[in-house]
Amino acid sequence: MASIAPRGRVLRVASGVLGAAAVPSLASALPFWLRLPENVATFGSKIDGLFYLILWITGSIFVLVEALLLFFLFRYRHREGRRAHYTHGSNRLEVIWTIVPAVICVILALLSRRSWAEIKQNMPRGAMHVEVIGEQFSWNIRYPGPDGKLGTPDDLVTLNQLHFPVGRPLVVELHSKDVIHSFFLPEFRVKQDAVPGMTTRIWLEATRVGHWEIACAELCGLGHFRMKGFVTVETPEEFERWLAEQAKENAS
Amino acid sequence: MSSIAVVRELPPGVHPEPTSFWRKYIFSLDHKVIGKQYLFYALFMLVIGGLLATLVRWQLAWPGRPIAFMGKLAPEGMPNGQMLPEFYNSLFTMHATIMIFFAIMPILIGAFGNFVVPLQIGARDMAFPTLNMFSFWTAVPGAVLILWSFFVTGGAAQSGWTSYAPLSAVQPKGQTLWLLALLVLGISSLLTAVNFITTVLNLRAPGLTFFRLPLTVWALFVTAVLLLLALPVLSGAMIMLLFDRVLGTTFFLPKGLIISGQPLTNAGGGQALLWQHLFWFFGHPEVYIMILPAMGITSEILPVFSRKPIFGYRAMAYSILGIAGLGWIVWGHHMFQSGMNPILGTTFMISTMVIAVPSAIKVFNWLGTLWGGTIHFTTPMLNAIGFVSMFVIGGLSGIFMASTPVDIYIHDTYFIVGHIHYVLFGGSLFGAFAGLYFWYPKMFGRKMSERWGRVHFAITFITFNCVFFPMHFLGMRGMQRRIYDYSQYAHLKGLQPMNQFMTISLFVLGVGQVILVLNFFLSMRRGQPAGDNPWRSNTLEWQTSSPPPHENFHDIPTVYRGPYEYSAPERGADDHWPQNEPPSGRPVTAHG
Repeated sequence: MASIAPRGRVLRVASGVLGAAAVPSLASALPFWLRLPENVATFGSKIDGLFYLILWITGSIFVLVEALLLFFLFRYRHREGRRAHYTHGSNRLEVIWTIVPAVICVILALLSRRSWAEIKQNMPRGAMHVEVIGEQFSWNIRYPGPDGKLGTPDDLVTLNQLHFPVGRPLVVELHSKDVIHSFFLPEFRVKQDAVPGMTTRIWLEATRVGHWEIACAELCGLGHFRMKGFVTVETPEEFERWLAEQAKENAS
Repeated sequence: MSSIAVVRELPPGVHPEPTSFWRKYIFSLDHKVIGKQYLFYALFMLVIGGLLATLVRWQLAWPGRPIAFMGKLAPEGMPNGQMLPEFYNSLFTMHATIMIFFAIMPILIGAFGNFVVPLQIGARDMAFPTLNMFSFWTAVPGAVLILWSFFVTGGAAQSGWTSYAPLSAVQPKGQTLWLLALLVLGISSLLTAVNFITTVLNLRAPGLTFFRLPLTVWALFVTAVLLLLALPVLSGAMIMLLFDRVLGTTFFLPKGLIISGQPLTNAGGGQALLWQHLFWFFGHPEVYIMILPAMGITSEILPVFSRKPIFGYRAMAYSILGIAGLGWIVWGHHMFQSGMNPILGTTFMISTMVIAVPSAIKVFNWLGTLWGGTIHFTTPMLNAIGFVSMFVIGGLSGIFMASTPVDIYIHDTYFIVGHIHYVLFGGSLFGAFAGLYFWYPKMFGRKMSERWGRVHFAITFITFNCVFFPMHFLGMRGMQRRIYDYSQYAHLKGLQPMNQFMTISLFVLGVGQVILVLNFFLSMRRGQPAGDNPWRSNTLEWQTSSPPPHENFHDIPTVYRGPYEYSAPERGADDHWPQNEPPSGRPVTAHG
């Protein structure tokens, strides 16, 4: 959606590097514990891509710095008759190791900015809307009824059951009745606090059908650990059927 | 001003040391005694905080498995030894609160700050000795209140050390004691900050310009400024929360709250996010309050045991100032997923990325200090090197959460818990250990055992990484922080073996700390006598006796050079050059 065109050559080159199929290979070279779990959201690969990019950059710096540290500790260990090199530093080095990290960090910030705007700032058009209301310790999920609008008397409400069709974006409007909760779908790379007195919005789109769990990620009291919900992504036909069943149950 | 007297003659204007037990050891005005009082206070609270962590980790390794003796010790929180979720919430809340406010801050600022700053600047005491005594004796009731809160109905506070409203507004009354304890402690810290700032500005020895100050003093001075400006914001927010809890105000309570099925009738008009903004406006500078002194201590120790000047002294001082300045505009990075406007998230991401730079500068300068040195692997040095190597991990892992999209996934997971422990244990605590081994001879006149110090370091360093590095993996698998039983979730079930490995490592880590405690106490009597300057160090605290006399220096020293002039070519075989040694010959004094 409406992402703003990258400005500046550095940024274009860097996003090219990031985009050019480098990401899957960055990840596949990693052992199990350094890999993120399966991603089933359309924008998830962008988050994962940034994660692996940062992992490779910080990992390389880490190895370099620790190797240098160990080398210095060995090479310059005290031995009789050797005298330390008397120096107060080097302005040239100071400039280099100020500018290089600054450039890396700013590039990372600019790359992140694009994905952030896409994921959290701009809501997609043509999406299905649901309302999720957190309360100690469950998720109330409200679907628009036959009129397709939220906040009308024909709305459907389920407890802890989020169903939505594959291939169509879903916008979730988050509220809370009591304290702050956080709506966390790990496999969808979605996390957003539900704050009392406020509406927060996120969107997501599934890449495949399946069953997953909703977790609460913000401490909300003694039952925080069991504030769990379930996500079911279905084909549009299955979803319509499920919704009709819910409507029937609600009516009876 | 003759020096023929038989008894030790006091310099003019100096009061004699009090002789009564109460005035000498309990209500002392002497910064050295107060520093030691803070040291004992902090070490005691460190043990308590550590024990709480052990219980947290027990639950994570073996969810629901009872601990028989805890059933007797805490019958309400752990009936028959089986932990209740609300007790678990209290445990991690109190672990963090105690470690941050009652252990790390008192040991770095209260203990080392008080003991070292006046000595390093060549002063007889802090600027306001009575205020200093008052600070310590205000910190004590703070600790009493926080420990007492375990025994009130409903148990101790259980809404996390961040105490997000509205949860913290509707918790049992342990939360009120939590607020009172931190408010009282806040007064103590505020007065300490005023005292440090005044002392460093006014009581520096002749010749001791700002750019001749040891970096420990730089760090503690800037820390005091941060404390002075950040703490009132926290105190204000805590008073508001206290009012919400006991007086029926609604600063943080929006309209229409329904708590456990009951509408909260007085709620309305408040803002839940306001607490987070106020808390983190304090909270982020607070992170630097806890790490800057440890950075200062490391910058002090690396040159001494590399026998080499610090690399880039001015860059080190400026990066402290840079961190202190930027630290005020990054608080929003704790709130990327909070419902704060995402555009603000971008702003805070950029400032957060930029604040990584001064930390990077410091790491590179520490490496530069080691380069070309002659490195002596003493226990202070080992811990300082431990600091550098672990702080690198804590610093780099911060880049992940600075990136707003990546933070969506790792926010509020164990990845964050891993990050903060690499900064606060790998950083602040290794810094504190380094400072303890380094200044112990000056404090008590004897050295701690080097051999046992090395054993302690080896055990701590290895097990620390075994406990905390896997936290990054847990976070990457999506395990939330502050969660009583992760086995509820299908995708987290498989993490139990990893959690057990971490907990067993923590037990070894804990046992390793017994070595430190024994070494600390036994060395007071049995340690090798230290002499005035056992590390052949340049700074002023080593140019007086160990322990220093009541008035610190018989004559106030005059400073002729920077603090890290090691292995200067003009000194020939002598690789140290005390700050107060005149350019040629013997030290002269200000009024000698």
